[in-house]
Formats: sequence, C-alpha cells, structure tokens
Amino acid sequence: MPPAPRPCGDTGLLLELGDNRRVHAHAAALRAADVDGVTDIVPALDTLLVVIDPARVSMGHVETLLRELDVGEAAGAAPRTIEIPVQYDGEDLAWVAEHCGLDERGVIAAHTGKPWRVGFCGFAPGFAYLVGGDPRLKVPRRAESRVVVPAGAVALAGQFSAVYPRRSPGGWQLLGHTDTPMWDTDAEQPSLLMPGDQVLFREVTR
Amino acid sequence: MNSRRGNRVTVVDAGMLSLLQDGGRPGYAHLGVSRSGAADTAAMALANRMLGNVEDAAVIETTNGGLALRCEQPCLIAVTGAPVTVRVDGRRHWSHEVLAVRDGQEVALGMPAHGLRSYVAVRGGFDVPPVLGSRATDRLSGLGPAPLAPGDVLAVGTTDLPRPASDLVVPLPPPEPDDDVELPVRFGPRDDWFEPAARHVLLSERFEVTPDSDRVGVRMTGPALPRRIHDELTSEGVVEGALQAPPGGRLTLFGPDHPVTGGYPVIAVVRARALPIAAQVRPGQGVRFVQG
Repeated sequence: MPPAPRPCGDTGLLLELGDNRRVHAHAAALRAADVDGVTDIVPALDTLLVVIDPARVSMGHVETLLRELDVGEAAGAAPRTIEIPVQYDGEDLAWVAEHCGLDERGVIAAHTGKPWRVGFCGFAPGFAYLVGGDPRLKVPRRAESRVVVPAGAVALAGQFSAVYPRRSPGGWQLLGHTDTPMWDTDAEQPSLLMPGDQVLFREVTR
Repeated sequence: MNSRRGNRVTVVDAGMLSLLQDGGRPGYAHLGVSRSGAADTAAMALANRMLGNVEDAAVIETTNGGLALRCEQPCLIAVTGAPVTVRVDGRRHWSHEVLAVRDGQEVALGMPAHGLRSYVAVRGGFDVPPVLGSRATDRLSGLGPAPLAPGDVLAVGTTDLPRPASDLVVPLPPPEPDDDVELPVRFGPRDDWFEPAARHVLLSERFEVTPDSDRVGVRMTGPALPRRIHDELTSEGVVEGALQAPPGGRLTLFGPDHPVTGGYPVIAVVRARALPIAAQVRPGQGVRFVQG
C-alpha cells in the first residue's frame, strides 16, 4: 500500500511509489481506468503525478480511486520494445570510455548490450529519460553545456541515456546519433518513445 | 500563417509580445508537453463569452498592450484582461465592450495602467491550424504558432452560437501597480522538506516579481525559505501554480508553459481560482501569500 498521495493545490495528487516499474504499472492502470476529469498522468523516476480538472472531478473521488486501483494486471503486461539504430560517432565517446574505464568498443557493447527503459519524459517534447542500462555507464554531465546538440544525438548523463528529439542546447555526453525520428508533431502518436517502453540500441555502421 | 476563404485579420503591430492562446493541450504532459494555453483563462473565457464563442476559442494574448490589427472584413471584437484603451481607426473605446469593426478598420490597443496581459477575441475565434489539438503557443516546447509579427494574416472561424444580449461587462479592476497582490496557497506537496519557519516566512514576507518572469514562471526575489531536508530531490511532476523553491531563494511560480517535471521541492501551490490573478502581476509588483 503506497503512502497517501501528496496534494498539489487544487489540481494534483503526487503518488510516491519509490520504484520506476511501479510508477508505470500505476500509470497504465490509471490510464486504463479512463477517469473523466483526469487530464494528465505524469510519471517521473519514482513518483506519479495525477492532474485533474477540478470542474469535472473531485480530488476526493480520485483519491479513493487511487486507493482502490488494481495495478496487478498492468504490472504484468509486457512493455513495448523499440529498437533504435545508432552510429557511435559521438564527440564524447572517447571521454566516456576513459571515464568508465572501458575502451570505445566496450562503451558501445555496454550501451547496446542491455535494454533501457523509458523512466519518464521531460525537458523537451519526446525527450525520454532512459534508465536501467549498464551500470558502468554512469557519467557526469559535461562541465560546459553545448549551445547546439543536433536532433538524433544519443547521449549519456548521470544514470540516464537519451536521444535528443530535436536540435537544442544540452550538457549530456554524446555517444553517437540516430536517423530515427523521435518526435513528429503531426503523427497521431507524436512521440516514438512512451513512458514504460523498453529501448534497445543497435549499432549500425553506414 | 494560413489564410483561407472567410474573414481575416492582419497584424499591423504585434506590440511587445502577442501570442495565440486557447484552452491549451492537456493530456501530453507524460510526453514532456505542458498544457500551455491562456495564462489568464478567466479573461480568455470572458472575451469569448461576450462574442458568443465557446469559452476556449483561440484568442490573442498580448503582453503590455501595443497590439494593432486590421480587420479585412467586418467583425466583432472584444478585449479583456488588463484594461486598455482600444482605438478603432483612432476613435477611442475601452476594453470589456463588444466592438463592431468595419472592413479595413484598424483596432489598436493602448498600454494597460495595471495588469499585464490583455486578450483579444474575435467572433468565430482565430482559426490557425491546431497542433496536438490546440492553437496555443507554448514558449517552452516551441509547439504551436510562432509569436505574431506584423503582416501575419489570421483566418477567423465561424460560429452558430447566439450572441449574448449584453455587449458590455464591468471588469473587476486588477490591483493598482503599487499594490501588493494577495495569492492564496495550499501547502504541499513538499512543505515537509522545509523548516517549519519557512511556512511562516512564505505567509508573512513580501516577494517581488522580477522582469525575467514569463509564461514559464513568475520569478520572485524574497527571503530564503530554510530547508529541513537537504537531499537532492529526484525530479517529479509539477502542476501549474506550483511554488518551486531552489536553495538560492528565487521563488518561481510555475505558469502555463512550465516544464512538466521539476527538481526543486514545491513548498505550496497557488489555488486554481487565483491563477488568473497571478497571470496579471507585473514586474516590480509585490506578492503576499495567504493560506486558503
């Protein structure tokens, strides 16, 4: 039984679940329940924020619903797996290799060898924070942020990996790039990666 | 901007910052996209109601006045939010009344003496192509139409809804520029990360809005809010109205284009009913928080 949700003003309930898999199980179960007036379900690393429209549903009603939510089925569902082809030609590959005590081949093997999971999205539309990869690939952000990181850049920072969905400033360590579009505003499903998805990077040499 | 058959409005002067806004795009926060939409939703809804539009039809949100438009066909216009003079071909009117504008006439907003954002609605609503179901400009994610620029031509939609009988409303005046604004809050979700004294500081001290405030957040200077838990907070979802308190003491009130997650503890959240007031606070103005 998770602790009582923390209220966020009139519109939010923050659930502390302590574990990213539980976050996605709760998010999936709540999505499946399709509650009128619940406008956003926002996973983070170990919390889930439920945003409501107080004109359409009461906080008390949603709290009761969350208490009685059956997450069993959602927790057992197999995640989607998305494969992303990567050319490992990033500017920080050598630095990352040295920092992690590996050679460049070792970094690539570690990055492609274990599936990642979309912990949550943020920073920019379709920017997925990937977790659960090879624990040896833990690196600090760059001391100085780049003014421009190109769309498709595959990067590392902290415990996370990510693909920049579009050109933006960024301080992550760049391992390589992919031509796979991560975001298409006009598509029915604009983000390639959704919270809870499993992601496998695959090396390609052009 | 696209133009198609039907009524059109041309932007003559965009003022400091003019953006198309509507009810926003809820439902995409899990993909990193905030609701966005009008900062002062009450003013947007009022302008639309005056013209018989649905409440969340697209309007222009203009910051600190100065917007000028030319109606290429006869149209009905209403301006709400921060009160301004509205000149129609030089003839002086006022916001908060329905203006019947003839084709070729120019509508020019003055600068508000108080309040920050005025809303310009047209009967039928502005009809630009929606992005993820909304015509709102999100300044953080870059989704939606670009900020308006002189020469932009905006298509006007149509509506079959009846017009209300009244064509004038009496606006509640926003506070005078020198007045402090009172914003009601509810503590949480992370008030327990602060010393009990921090709650007292938040409710008793004056916080001053700084010029770097925008639709992402109203930023304020003021006394620091002492922390009890000094751990780094793992980023978590945040709501509009959240008061995020970084250690430096620069309190930020998250606006409609806020990031979907935040890494600093949120001590309290401004009540939903007061967000339209927060949207009208000007740089230099003081804010006082009250519980309730």
